[in-house]
Amino acid sequence: MRSIRWLAVVPFIALIIGPFFVNRADPPVLGLPFLLAWIVAWILITSLIMAVIYAVDPANREERP
Amino acid sequence: MNGALPFIAAAALLALALGFLARRGKDMNLEQWTVGGRGFGALFVFLLLAGEIYTTFTFLGGSGYAYGKGAPAYYILAYGTLAYVLSYFMLPPIWRYAKENRLYSQSDFFVSKYDSSALGVLVALVDIVALIPYLVLQFKGLGIIVEIAGYGAISSTVAIWIGAIIVAAYVMVSGVHGSAWTSVAKDTMILAIVIFLGLYLPIHYYGGLGPMFEAIEKAKPGFTVLPAHGESLWWFSSTVLLTALGFFMWPHSFGSIYTAKSATVLRKNAFLLPLYQLILLFVFFVGFAASLQVPGLTGSNIDLALFKLSVKTFDPWFVGVIGATGVLTALVPGSMILMTAATLIANNLYRAVNPSADDVQVAWLAKLLVPLVALVAVFFTLKGGETIVALLLMGYSFVTQLFPSLILSLAQRNIATREGAAAGIIAGVATVAAVSLSGASLHKLAWLPAQIQDLNIGIIALVVNFIVLVVVSLATRRAEAPARAAAE
Repeated sequence: MRSIRWLAVVPFIALIIGPFFVNRADPPVLGLPFLLAWIVAWILITSLIMAVIYAVDPANREERP
Repeated sequence: MNGALPFIAAAALLALALGFLARRGKDMNLEQWTVGGRGFGALFVFLLLAGEIYTTFTFLGGSGYAYGKGAPAYYILAYGTLAYVLSYFMLPPIWRYAKENRLYSQSDFFVSKYDSSALGVLVALVDIVALIPYLVLQFKGLGIIVEIAGYGAISSTVAIWIGAIIVAAYVMVSGVHGSAWTSVAKDTMILAIVIFLGLYLPIHYYGGLGPMFEAIEKAKPGFTVLPAHGESLWWFSSTVLLTALGFFMWPHSFGSIYTAKSATVLRKNAFLLPLYQLILLFVFFVGFAASLQVPGLTGSNIDLALFKLSVKTFDPWFVGVIGATGVLTALVPGSMILMTAATLIANNLYRAVNPSADDVQVAWLAKLLVPLVALVAVFFTLKGGETIVALLLMGYSFVTQLFPSLILSLAQRNIATREGAAAGIIAGVATVAAVSLSGASLHKLAWLPAQIQDLNIGIIALVVNFIVLVVVSLATRRAEAPARAAAE
């Protein structure tokens, strides 16, 4: 299950390389320019990815009292 | 007396009261004062780590950036998120090592890992040079906020003096406990105020977010996407990467790691903090709303956008509430910076000269240094000209130069030697300083491709730093190897 940690690389690709492909205002998503919506979406996905990594990481169970 | 002042005064008194109360029931030795006895749970660590994000820089600067430059402001959303991803893997080993070796400061970490108090002095100096302008920025922001939100009843100079005295007083008494307690009030208020402003202002002036961005795109085509030159995609990506790596290199953020009571606390925050980043989105909405409503602010005045629009829109009492929130965004990070700077001077500069000093003496000295550091910062705030602004712009690039030798020291076998680490840090810092202070810019080197010209200078310095680190480490290791073989 440790391999699931590699998911953490995905936000870096999405937020550092991703903008090169989505630097436009149209189509707006929920009123936001597309580039901004992309970044916001990836913040939500990143939080989800880190929550999954946290949930399956045995280190977090060992330390619980 | 006007309707706004009671709220601003109340915020200052609340910070002072919470700051003093935080001391209760604790024996303020060095470990309690500077790292909270390493006993903070998820909430306090969350607030201390988030404290780095919600400073006056984001409150005024974040909205100002969106107001003045548009899309380049998005980088602030992206870098924090990536920094938190890194934190999941990077912070627990740092925390464990600091706990096992009873470390107090970021500089201690280098001293212990590289077994060199000289390297510790170098790191402490880089830290202090980056921290003081950051503190000055908080004081400057505080002055601006009180002057505008108080409708000029209190001058910014008076506000800065009062703010500095309050912060110095509660830091001396309660240390990091004071920062943690006051941040509860700060973050509660900023959450409520920023979300309200970010939703209300676009609806009030434009009828919603969609119509607002349409109106902006019509008036200023291309404002909501990254431009082709200058703060372009290349600038964006290199800046996001640089600032994500540098995020936890700020010594006060690094110190917050030590306050955690377990590694799990730090890992839990890695998925909670990205969500908290989204508050910045609402700060940007305020800036975008202001861009067509209070146009004409230029230069450093773009930072006034949030308050100019607030004064135009609301009754004085509510401007006072916004001002009160702004005051807390200056005081809380200010307190962390102040405590960190005092600890670095006492623990890593004084103790390097006088190794026989014990923890009791160092704790005394650190507390005595608090008002002195505050005084220096007030002096620069009131008298400092352009130099301090230049230093501030370099601060982030400076502390990021600590990243390579820090991350390498976490590995089982560290390839960096102490000489390599020191040479790398010096080379990186020198590169940043030389390029920034000489006013040179990659844009002047016309033969470079446009993409390279737009890169953040800190990233280039980081590459220089890493190359020097590797070369010097290899050279010193080779020089040591025969000596070691002879000894065996």
